[in-house]
Amino acid sequence: MATQHSRSAARLMMAPAVVLLLGWMLVPLTMTLYFSFKKYLPLRGGDLGWVGFDNYVRFVTSSAFWPSVLTTLTIVGGVLAITVILGILLAVLLNQPMWGQGVVRILVIAPFFVMPTVSALVWKNMFMDPNYGLLAYLWEFFGAEPVQWLSQASLTSIIMIVSWQWLPFATLILLTAIQSLDSEQLEAAEMDGAPSTKRFAFITLPHLGRAITVVILIQTIFLLSIFAEIFVTTGGAFGTKTLTYLIFQRVLESQNVGLGSAGGVYAIILANIVAIFLMRIVGKNLDA
Amino acid sequence: MGQIKLNKVSKSFGETEVIPPLDLTIEDGEFTVFVGPSGCGKSTLLRLIAGLEDITSGVIEIDGLDATNVPPAKRGLAMVFQSYALYPHMSVRKNIAFPMKMAGVPADEQARRITAAAEALNLTDYLDRRPGQLSGGQRQRVAIGRAIVREPAAFLFDEPLSNLDAALRVGMRLEISEMHKRLATTMIYVTHDQVEAMTMADKIVVLRAGVIEQVGTPLELYHTPCNEFVAGFIGSPQMNLLKGDEAARHGATTIGIRPEHTDVSQTEGTWKGVVGVAEHLGSDTFLHVHGVPGCDPMTVRVDGELPVRHGDTIYLTPQLDKLHKFDTQGLRID
Repeated sequence: MATQHSRSAARLMMAPAVVLLLGWMLVPLTMTLYFSFKKYLPLRGGDLGWVGFDNYVRFVTSSAFWPSVLTTLTIVGGVLAITVILGILLAVLLNQPMWGQGVVRILVIAPFFVMPTVSALVWKNMFMDPNYGLLAYLWEFFGAEPVQWLSQASLTSIIMIVSWQWLPFATLILLTAIQSLDSEQLEAAEMDGAPSTKRFAFITLPHLGRAITVVILIQTIFLLSIFAEIFVTTGGAFGTKTLTYLIFQRVLESQNVGLGSAGGVYAIILANIVAIFLMRIVGKNLDA
Repeated sequence: MGQIKLNKVSKSFGETEVIPPLDLTIEDGEFTVFVGPSGCGKSTLLRLIAGLEDITSGVIEIDGLDATNVPPAKRGLAMVFQSYALYPHMSVRKNIAFPMKMAGVPADEQARRITAAAEALNLTDYLDRRPGQLSGGQRQRVAIGRAIVREPAAFLFDEPLSNLDAALRVGMRLEISEMHKRLATTMIYVTHDQVEAMTMADKIVVLRAGVIEQVGTPLELYHTPCNEFVAGFIGSPQMNLLKGDEAARHGATTIGIRPEHTDVSQTEGTWKGVVGVAEHLGSDTFLHVHGVPGCDPMTVRVDGELPVRHGDTIYLTPQLDKLHKFDTQGLRID
């Protein structure tokens, strides 16, 4: 961007994209804010005028609010822990030379291509069903009482399903990071007397730092708003109601757009709090 | 102590034998250089000694003890890699401390050795920096520092200077030579640069295709190369090799004469030729002379003051006592 001319040309050419993106963000945001200060019940009278902060107070004082925040954070935290730890192990494993490497790598990535709704339904009906699910057969084979996954261990089940979906993503990113590790560094560490566990801890793991950060940040963005997996399995029952799901219920089941909008604003605030914490903890890894 | 003995050591990768069985003894305190063209197996040989590759057959002895199946860390050898292989997320201090930390050296002893190494290598001001913030020469010194603090039985260098620029390379060459004089530890140094080999080595091992062509001091190799390959490889610029009638007159298949062992005259001599390119270095001039039978062009070294230019006709006379003769197999005839 050297000359005045090229700078203004650049601005001109970027303008459509910037305007489109702004519109895409600003219109829904403004509408959410607008409705959050209104009593708006589409099937019970429509727009009933301004109510100030009533919706905000009602949403946060509802008995469902704090449990839903906790559920959201539990799911995000649980899925992150599982995908990052298993992702690192799988990446290390897949990085070993072995027969059929190409096929195995494609198989590992496959779950990522399955739509969330579909994979949740497959898990619900084929694995977790207490009567004819695979897990039930497994439990019975060992003479145990089959677990009623989605009602007795509902949160664990959701975390398992979502982890299964996101593990390929984590594995893929971490695998490419491992492949970029200079093998001479590992050999140097071997010469320096580090056994394989210490080579992993002192060389491989620090090398993966940046990739782990990217995995955590990207996954958090998507995990804060998971919906389909809950909708098709528990429907928000048995303590699996996340903040997103609560908003959905307020808007569509209770037909209270104003209250749901206030919840949407809380969701934005929660996402930002999480983002600030994450950047504090892992963001420094992104600096070169 | 650091005597290393290779006994019928060989290495194959699958079906390909990269190093046929070879014997070699490296004496304690000796600076040995493995030199050879790219792909001659010199780095592989070093990695076999280090233990980073398993040998296919044979025995490696370090200080008289069989080290063939001893893991790299337990052989008491330190290695400096071509890419330096510093740990990018650790400071210089932690990089140097790493081998001692792994060996469980007490903290105060670690600090003492780090200070000593940093002073010897001019790294004191850089101890808290990361490798990424250092220049190539400094990184090289950190890699050497990491090797020194282990107080190894022998140092292994794998083309350590090939990533440095020419001026720095000359400087580091001197530093490594001085370090060897000071520590008097066995060092094995791999390079494809015969100038490094000649200037640094106590003993040069010339390799070609995994086979040792000749072992000797730099001057032995220079004065009495045992075959055509060594003759052509050692010395810069290369020895001129003449085939055909000229060689037959001396009773050989090939004769070799070094550029510095040819007398030049503008009036008379054994061979007549025309100057092609004249490379003026100031102190010397290298002439590439065309038209000498059996060798085109022939390189000769003349005094930097000699007024010769492109296109001049000159006469060359080899110094007969410095002539090297080789038979049909390329072996030296004395």
